Amino acid sequence: MSSETAMATGQRTRGLAPFLRSQMRNIAPFLTLIFLTAFFAFASPSFATLDNLGNILTQVSVTGIIAVGLTFVILCAEIDLSIAAIANVTGIAVAYFTLQESYVNIANVPLPGAVAIILSLLLCALLGLVNALGLTVIGIPSFIMTLAMMQIAAGISALLVRGQIAYKVPSLITTLGSGSIGGIPWIVIVAAIMLLAGHLVLTYTRFGRYVYMVGGNREAAEYSGLNVKLILGAVMVISAVCSGIGGMLGVAHFGSAQQNEFDTYLLDSIAAVVVGGTSLFGGRGGIGNTIVGLFVLGVLNNGLDHVNIDSFLKILIRGLILLAALVINVYAQRLREKAAE
Amino acid sequence: MSVGQQPILELQGITKSFGGVEALRGVDFALYPGEIHGLVGENGAGKSTLMKIIAGVHTEFSGRFLVDGREMHFRSARDAHAAGIAMVHQELSVAPDLTVAENVFLGNQPTNALGLVQWRRMAREAGEQLARFGIDVDPMARLGDLPIGLQQLIEIARVLFSGARIVILDEPTSALSPPEVERLFTTLRRLREEGTAIVFISHFIEDILLVSDTVTVFRNGRKVAETASAATSKGALIEAMIGRGGEALEHSYTDDLMLPQPSGSKVILKADQLSLSRSLQDVSFESRAGEVLGIYGFMGCGQQELSRILFGKLKPDSGTLAVEGVPKTFASTAAARRAGVALVPESRRDMLFHQEPVYKNISISILDRISSLLLKPAQERDIAKRQVDQLQIRPPVVGLDLGMLSGGNQQKVALAKWLTYPPKLLVLCEPTRGMDVGAKNDVINIVRDLRTKGLAIIVLSTEPETVLSLADRILVLKRGALVREFKNEPVSKDRLLEAA
Repeated sequence: MSSETAMATGQRTRGLAPFLRSQMRNIAPFLTLIFLTAFFAFASPSFATLDNLGNILTQVSVTGIIAVGLTFVILCAEIDLSIAAIANVTGIAVAYFTLQESYVNIANVPLPGAVAIILSLLLCALLGLVNALGLTVIGIPSFIMTLAMMQIAAGISALLVRGQIAYKVPSLITTLGSGSIGGIPWIVIVAAIMLLAGHLVLTYTRFGRYVYMVGGNREAAEYSGLNVKLILGAVMVISAVCSGIGGMLGVAHFGSAQQNEFDTYLLDSIAAVVVGGTSLFGGRGGIGNTIVGLFVLGVLNNGLDHVNIDSFLKILIRGLILLAALVINVYAQRLREKAAE
Repeated sequence: MSVGQQPILELQGITKSFGGVEALRGVDFALYPGEIHGLVGENGAGKSTLMKIIAGVHTEFSGRFLVDGREMHFRSARDAHAAGIAMVHQELSVAPDLTVAENVFLGNQPTNALGLVQWRRMAREAGEQLARFGIDVDPMARLGDLPIGLQQLIEIARVLFSGARIVILDEPTSALSPPEVERLFTTLRRLREEGTAIVFISHFIEDILLVSDTVTVFRNGRKVAETASAATSKGALIEAMIGRGGEALEHSYTDDLMLPQPSGSKVILKADQLSLSRSLQDVSFESRAGEVLGIYGFMGCGQQELSRILFGKLKPDSGTLAVEGVPKTFASTAAARRAGVALVPESRRDMLFHQEPVYKNISISILDRISSLLLKPAQERDIAKRQVDQLQIRPPVVGLDLGMLSGGNQQKVALAKWLTYPPKLLVLCEPTRGMDVGAKNDVINIVRDLRTKGLAIIVLSTEPETVLSLADRILVLKRGALVREFKNEPVSKDRLLEAA
């Protein structure tokens, strides 16, 4: 069935070449997803099952939550390298403010669950605000600013846990991170709600339009009298808060809070956004693209576990797929510019 | 340039066209050793095209090209350089992060047998060369730390001392202060004595008359006059540049145009003593409701900076702005917009979103007026449709990507952005540049219509025609300072050029 879809798309290409060329960034990731799904379904009987779909959804949830905010940032042609570190420190903070079992050797500050959650959210929002101020007021490029923030957040994490592992988080977080309702994990529902909310904000609100316009042509946005710095600052805070939520639920999902727990999520989140086709040059793409990107990564990671493959080779394959996506991303931008001429 | 001497460079019957438009038509040009040759002409008269042919930038043209009496065919700027021809372009092209000495020796640093750079020798020689120019700087200082005028002098010095026999200077004085201009002229005169041939292009006719031996005037791709500098005057040169007798297609504004009595209407914007480092000095003026204030000046006179200050994109070093009597310091362009100021910059690329549809381009600056949280696309399209109809934007399809429109129509979109909720003050930079006659007239009519509606409008342009066709009152900006105001009096292109 998926090959039929591919063929139908192929036939339309000839009829609507310019349109499709301009839509390359949306079509390519989708074709990649279909191809990968077909490949793994063919290669492994255990892949294309409803159970496994649930696995994939759960596996991409934390990445999905973090990627919502990152999509805003990349749409503005900025980058946030501190997302994983901020996720980590927020997850650790929420544990730090929760009463741990006596055998956990952490000098923590037990507070009521709601207070712990609010304080942790404030922490990640504050770190995002520091990113925002560095970027807009001081004028540090986001690449460098968030690199510094990555270290700062990791440093706070280290100070809070001091090499130990904490286990307990507020019950609300435990439920959302590891519970399920009617067979559907709460974390998948949270990710879906946040992705939907992100999509609605980007598509239907004035702020969302500003994000696209600032990303599309920052100079023109400024000459249109938009407060570009305010918009850039806002997306950095949004990114940090999404990361923080992902971090709190992630800690509950993994069952522990410790240093360097989220390190792989930096690359995964950037990969999800970019593989999905959101332009690194800003102004093009969106949450829809990010969702496709999440599925591509999810199918790839999950599928490689189902086929008999050297587990060390997996890392290389993921790298190559990411490279291919970057090539397509840059190439799609050029095709689009050509189509516009 | 004595009689019987052979020209170092001779061009015969040079014709050059760009896509069917003739930029040069049968131009003869001769340059003698030990001569400073001034070139004047309006924008687009063909001066720069000719110089780019000489410097090997344009290689496709017809006509003969002789250096030292031998016919040459340059294939690149490198060939021209090898033949001893060097050009200083109008835009600064230095490496700000390198030292002064490295910039002076860019591309041919002295090296020892191992190929290592001889820093001490380079610094010493650079210092000596610059001292000849009257420039006293530390050769090991970072170039970017020096004032722009000094950087430009160092770039000129580099070219002058590169051993070139023919040096072309394109508007070298626009960023220089009067003492720097004097230093440049002293050096040019010394080089002339050493036998270097120099071509000097400038809008500043006084400078040309002061330093050059011969002046050539270009108009519409032709050489229309060549005289000894001593035998001509500013007035005569301006007359030759503009031409009399209906040669130009459009209204040429050679005859006096009577400016109206200044209106006594409400002052919308008051600028007081605006200064910005080297760009503007103590610029003060008022802009009134229902009046088009024209600000005329040459490229680089500070117009661009002035317009950016009015819209909160640049912050002045000193001076104040007041909108309707209320003092304002714009922290951002958003603040300027909220105060009722709108700007259409000279570059459409800076103003518009080429990959977005027309309606989003039109609605972007008024979104906060029509929606608080959620977008209202239908209303956006309605508003855009009204503007598209009113300004006769073609094609009248608001969903089309802006990049598909022609330049003139894009310019109208740039205007349309501000017209749904008209600002109090509309600042237009080069509103008709690069447009065909029809589109030009459309824009002129739109601006006149807005004036009737009571907007205060400021038009900044380097084209006298633009200012003359629109303005009720004209200020002339020269090297960052207002030097002349025309109001309630006859004005013409001659008079404007004379004042600048």
